[in-house]
Amino acid sequence: MLESLELTVNGDRHALDAPVGRSLAEVLRDDLGLTGTKIACYEGHCGACTVLLDGVPALSCITLVHAVGGRGVTTIEGLREHPLVDAFVREDALQCGFCTPGQIVSASALLAANPRPTREEIGHAMAGNLCRCGAYRNIEAAIASVGGGR
Amino acid sequence: MARLIKTEKEVEGHYTETWVVVEEDVLEQWPAGPRAVVGQPAPRIDGHERARGEARYTADLALPGMLHTAVLRSPYARARVRRIDASRALTAPGVRAVLLPEGADLPPQHAPEAIASEPGAIGAALAERARVAPLTSEPGYEGHAVAAVAAETQAQAQAALRLLAVDWEPLEPLLDADDAVRRKSLVSEPRVNERGDLERGLAEADVVVEAVYRTQNVLHNSLETHQAICHWHGDGELDVYISTQFVWGVRDAVAERFGLERDKVRVVCEYMGGGFGSKNGPGEYTLIAAELARRTGRPVRCALDRRDESRAAGNRNATIQRLVAGARADGTLTALGGEFVNAVGWDGLSASTAGPMQLLYACDNVRTVEYGARLNTPPNAAFRAPGFVEGTFGLECLIDELAAKLDLDPLEVRRRNYATTDPVNERDYSAKGLERCYQLAERHWARRDDVRARSDGAWKRGVGLASQIWFGAGGPPSYAWLRLNAEGHATVITAMQDIGTGTRTAVAQIAAEELGFPLARVSVALGDSARGPFASISAGSSTTPSMGPAVRAAAADVKRQLLEIAAQRYAVDISTLTVEDGRIVAGGSRSWPVEEITGLLGDGQLLGKGARGPNPTGMRVLTFGVQVAEVAVDVGTGEVVVERVAAIHDVGRIVNPLGARSQVEGGIVQAIGYALSEARLLDPASGTVLTKTLDAYKLPTIADVPEIVTEFVDEPDPHLTNLGSKGLGEPPIIPTAAAIANAIRDATGADVRSLPVTREEMLRALREARERERDRLGAPAA
Ligand code: FES
Ligand code: FES
Repeated sequence: MLESLELTVNGDRHALDAPVGRSLAEVLRDDLGLTGTKIACYEGHCGACTVLLDGVPALSCITLVHAVGGRGVTTIEGLREHPLVDAFVREDALQCGFCTPGQIVSASALLAANPRPTREEIGHAMAGNLCRCGAYRNIEAAIASVGGGR
Repeated sequence: MARLIKTEKEVEGHYTETWVVVEEDVLEQWPAGPRAVVGQPAPRIDGHERARGEARYTADLALPGMLHTAVLRSPYARARVRRIDASRALTAPGVRAVLLPEGADLPPQHAPEAIASEPGAIGAALAERARVAPLTSEPGYEGHAVAAVAAETQAQAQAALRLLAVDWEPLEPLLDADDAVRRKSLVSEPRVNERGDLERGLAEADVVVEAVYRTQNVLHNSLETHQAICHWHGDGELDVYISTQFVWGVRDAVAERFGLERDKVRVVCEYMGGGFGSKNGPGEYTLIAAELARRTGRPVRCALDRRDESRAAGNRNATIQRLVAGARADGTLTALGGEFVNAVGWDGLSASTAGPMQLLYACDNVRTVEYGARLNTPPNAAFRAPGFVEGTFGLECLIDELAAKLDLDPLEVRRRNYATTDPVNERDYSAKGLERCYQLAERHWARRDDVRARSDGAWKRGVGLASQIWFGAGGPPSYAWLRLNAEGHATVITAMQDIGTGTRTAVAQIAAEELGFPLARVSVALGDSARGPFASISAGSSTTPSMGPAVRAAAADVKRQLLEIAAQRYAVDISTLTVEDGRIVAGGSRSWPVEEITGLLGDGQLLGKGARGPNPTGMRVLTFGVQVAEVAVDVGTGEVVVERVAAIHDVGRIVNPLGARSQVEGGIVQAIGYALSEARLLDPASGTVLTKTLDAYKLPTIADVPEIVTEFVDEPDPHLTNLGSKGLGEPPIIPTAAAIANAIRDATGADVRSLPVTREEMLRALREARERERDRLGAPAA
C-alpha cells in the first residue's frame, strides 16, 4: 500500500509515495539516488547506513521512512564540505571506503555534541560503526584532528 | 623485445609453470629511499570520492529495466530435493523467471524442455532448469544454491521464493574433520612434504615438544556483499558489473561457462567494498544473474545479503595441527613435523597450512602431511594469506613452547635457526631482510621486563613475538598504458582493480615519479576490461609488484617521447634533458614547464605502453616480518586485552608509507579478531551456521584496537623488477595471533592452543598451567 509523505533531506523537501514498511535507506538510495548512504547488513548491526535525524545518528536501514515525520534527514551528501571529509582523507582513515560515509556521519554527530572528545569517548561513540578493513586507528586520528583533541 | 619464457607463477602460495610472453624490463631500479613522489606518504587519490559517498560501488549501480534476484538456499547441511513446484511463484506479482536445478522432479506444467528451446524469450515468466548457473538438487552445505527467482523488485523476488514448494529430504551431514579424513572424504590427495628424516631428527634432539593446535573458521564479512549485475546486448555480448578482486578472471570464467569468446564479456569494477580473498572469481551469483538476464532479456542483479555472506561467500577454514619439534640444548632445530587437517568444507582449495613449517627455519628433518577434509559445511575461499595465517599460529607457538622448555630467549631461538637459503629447494633468496626485522624488533622486545612489571593484581602482562614468511612477488603478465594530454596531465589506463588496498594511488605515484610530475597531475582509469589492458589479480599480495613495474615502463615510454620533442623544440641534446616537478630541465640550468611541449600536441596525445617483466629465475622471492605483541590477561576472568603490537616487515621498497601503514594496521586488526573474538559457529547436530549476523559474529570494533607501531625495512629487492617492491596485503595478518598467544604465555605461563582465545580457552590454559606447576613442585626429588 502506497502512502504519500514529505521528507526533508539535506535541506531539500521531497514529496513522494512509498509503500508502508519501506526503509529510509531504500528511499534515500533507490528513490532519491543518494547512494552515499551504504547498506552492509540491513539489520541494524554495522552502522554503514548511518544518517542524522535532526542531528541525531540513526540507522536508516531499520528506520521506516514513514516514521521520520518532520525530522530533517542529513546524509553524507549533506556533509560533503564537513572538515571530517578532508581529515579522513589526510589521515588515511579509509581503505575500501564502504563504511566511510557512515563513519563520517556518526563522527559529525559526536563532534557536534562534544567538540573535543577523548580517545574513550571516540571509542564509545564510534563502536557501532564497523570497519572490516580495520582503518580504526586512522579513523580515531581523523576525528581527533578535527576535534582538536591532538 | 617480447620474449617467450617459461616461468613460475605464484598466487597465494601455489606455484604453476606457464609460458608467458614478457617484455624485457630495461629500466634500472631507483636507488633506495624516499624520492620526489615514490616513498612519500600520499593520501589516496580517490579518498574524497569515497569519503563523500560519490564513489559508485557495484551495490550503488542500477541499470534501466533491471530485475532483482532471490536465491533459494538449502536450509540443510545435506539434503536431496525430491521435487520443486514453482507454479505459485511463477504467477506471483513481478516474477519474470524461475531457475530450477537438474535432478529434482518438476510438475509437467513447467514444460521446461519446451521453453528452454527458446532462450531469451521475452514476456511470460519462465520456469526452467538452469543450464549454466550452478544450482543443485543435492545440496552439500547450508546455503548451497538450489533455485533462483528474478522479479521486478527485490521484495517481489523474495516473496516469490517463499512460494516455491520444495520437497526436501534431509540427509545426515558429515561435519567432523578428523572423521572425514578417516573416511577419506577429501577435496584432494593428501600432501606430503619431506626432507631429511624426521625420526632421526627427533632422536638427535635434547628436547622434544608436541602440541595440538586448533584454529577456528572465520568469515571475510566484506562490508559490500558479493554481487553482480549482468546485461546482455548486441550480438551475444555480456556486461558484468561486479564487486571483484580480478576483473580478468571473472571475464575468463564467465566466458568459459557460457561458451563465449572471452572479449564478448566485459567486466567492470571501479570501486569495491572489500574482498580479502573471497572475491577472486565470479561466484554462483554472477552465473545466476547472467543466465537469468539471458533468459529474460533484461539486466539482472544478484546480490548476497549479509546472512548469505556467512554461508555462501567463503570462509577461512578451521584447522587441526598436530605438531612436534625437536632441538638441541642450544636451540638448534633437529626436527619439525606436523599433521595438518584443513576443514575445507564442501569445496575449495586445501591451502598450505604446512607452508610456514616448511619455509621459515633451517631444519634438516621436516615432514608435513596435509589433509583437506571435505565436509557438509560451506566451501572455504582464500582469506588473506590462506594457510599461512593458520600454520604460523601453530608453528610459532610451538617454537615458543620449545624455547620455554629449553629456557632460551624466543628471539634467540629464531635467530639460531635462521635460513640463509630456501630450506625447501636451496634456492637463493632474491632478498631477505628478516634479520634486519629482528634487529628493528629488539627495542620492542626489550620492553618485556617493564611490561611484566606493570602486572597489577589479577592483570598479568607479557610480551610475545612471532615471525612471518609469505609470498608476494607478483609476476607477468600485466600491462599498463599511459596517456599524456595537451594540458600536461597524465592518465594511467589499466584494467586492474583497487579493492581498498590503495593500489590506485600507488600506481599514480609510480607514474608521477617516472614522469617527473607532481602526483596531482596523474590520474588512473581502471576497472574495465573493455577499456584497458590485462592486469593482475588483487590477491596473493601481487597488485603493486605486478602493476607497478608495468606502469613505470609505460610512463618511461611517454617520458622518452616527451623529451624527444623537447630536444627538437629547444634544440638541445636529449641526453641533457630530464623532467622534474612538471618542468623539463636541461643540464640543470634552463627549464620549461611541460605544458610548453604538450601544448604543441593540440588534440594529439602522447601514448605509452608498459609490461611487467619476468621474475628472477631460480630465486625465491618472499616477504618477511616479525611482530611483537603486548597483552594483559585477567587471570581471574580469563579476559585478554591486546595493548600494543609492533609490526616490522620486509616487503622491498615501500611506495606509499601512509597507505602501507594502513595495510599493516588493517591486517593486525583482522588478526586480533581472529585471535580473540571471531568464530563462525555451527550447530553441531545440524551443521547450520549459528553466527549469521554481524551481531552474533564478533568483529573487532574501534574500541578493540591497541597501539600499533609499524616499521619497514624498506630496501628495494635488487633482483625484482624495475621497482623492487613486493606485496604487503597479506604479511601483516600472518604472525599476530601467534605473537598474542606467546605474549599470553609470557604473562601467565599458560599455553593457549586453540583460537579464538575466549575466556573459556584462557581459563582452561590457566588451569592446565597450574596443574603442571603443582605436579612439578609435588614430584618427588629424583
Ligand atoms: S546497513 Fe544499517 S546498520 Fe548495517
Ligand atoms: S574502509 Fe573498508 S570497511 Fe571500512
